[in-house]
Amino acid sequence: MGDIWEGLVAGFWLVVTLDPDLVEITLRSLQVTVTATVIASLIALPFGAWLVIRRFRHRRATIAVLNALMGLPPVVVGLIVYLLLSRSGPFGVFGLLFTPTAMIIAQVIIITPLIASIAHQSVRDIWAEYHDLLISFSTTKRQRIATLIWDGRRALMTAALAGFGRAIGEVGAIMIVGGNIDHATRVLTTAIALETGKGDFALALGLGFVLIALAVAVNIAIHAIGQTESEGKW
Amino acid sequence: MVTPILPLEVSEAVVKRRGKTLLGPVDLTVSQSGFTIVMGPNGAGKTTFLRTLHGLERLSKGEVTWQVPLTEARLRQAFVFQTPIMLRRSVRDNLIYPLTLRGTKKVKARALAEEWALRVGLARTLEQQAPQLSGGEKQKLALARALILEPDIIFLDEPCANLDGRAMREIETILLDACAAGTRIIMATHDIGQAKRLATDVVFLMHGHIIENSPAQDFFAGPKTPQAAALLQGDIVE
Repeated sequence: MGDIWEGLVAGFWLVVTLDPDLVEITLRSLQVTVTATVIASLIALPFGAWLVIRRFRHRRATIAVLNALMGLPPVVVGLIVYLLLSRSGPFGVFGLLFTPTAMIIAQVIIITPLIASIAHQSVRDIWAEYHDLLISFSTTKRQRIATLIWDGRRALMTAALAGFGRAIGEVGAIMIVGGNIDHATRVLTTAIALETGKGDFALALGLGFVLIALAVAVNIAIHAIGQTESEGKW
Repeated sequence: MVTPILPLEVSEAVVKRRGKTLLGPVDLTVSQSGFTIVMGPNGAGKTTFLRTLHGLERLSKGEVTWQVPLTEARLRQAFVFQTPIMLRRSVRDNLIYPLTLRGTKKVKARALAEEWALRVGLARTLEQQAPQLSGGEKQKLALARALILEPDIIFLDEPCANLDGRAMREIETILLDACAAGTRIIMATHDIGQAKRLATDVVFLMHGHIIENSPAQDFFAGPKTPQAAALLQGDIVE
């Protein structure tokens, strides 16, 4: 209990004094996670909608695989990305290992199936409602996807936020591909892991509370901007 | 000069689903003008018939032929469903939607949306979310959204079902105006009074087959089939 209290106090002081290290790793956490969420959403939302409107031979199997990939082990993803980006790997020439870009790539791989799967389920309901109308208007597939994403944007925001939540709390993959290098690839989660390893539980908890507050703040901000839960809007 | 899409020729059209025949074989020629009412008891195939003409149902046999290529014909027709499908947008955006699909400029689309909203009595609800409208308002919006594209032909599947007299009158007025402006109308209804008020000709369906197709005057004066006669007398037809 004492550790938790000390953690709260430590977190409070880190925030109040705008600790430069905290600010730096918080901004890096946000930069990496927001970038990964945006990229993953740009891939996953149209893909989820496309899966809804398109009928093809192995559609059910594709959906089942997509759902299974939601539970992709981050450490395994990290390992694969590490091997791909390492000097001897196929993309080693780009020199991306131990950079924020490598962390973004790993996070995109982890959260894309999650966002696509939730998006698929949200869009499926709208498609059931709109199907006849959009066919009647002779819409193209692109127009259908655009309509479903636009009209389901509030539900799809939840999908993107789920991806954000998973990415910002992720440690295994980014530790492997980022290396937790001070002033380069250290983010909140890897810093927490480091401080815990050093036995500085108070600071680790303090960082943990900052991480939770950050995730909550981003969620509230997105909901406020998107006007979800307001009357008559979906 | 624009090539007319009508007459529409339906020959030996059959629709089957899971081995069960829902419609046909059906033969019909839809002329260039007029107001066709499709009648028949529940399960007669009225909805399937309209959906087939519009291209929403896949034919198992036969063909539906327009005077222009199918892709063009699809763009020059509209459908109003029995339960109006409202996009999760404002009334204004529902009206603008089909116009933007066809590449209409934003300013013109907004002006047309306002004009049609006024015409169907929805001017005061333009900013309201469409799914929150009343049943009658939704149906008027669906109708305006279909007519805003100035289709050559419009299919309506019992658009006045569950509406009160006033809402029904308003919708009939809009339809008669559209018909007078040259839009070909094919509408399914259960309401004999409404059929008498609107129809120029009647298609009577039973068990997926057209058993009577005649000018409205003839149909109401002396139906040729006992089923149609029974329906007009208010008997239960199965």
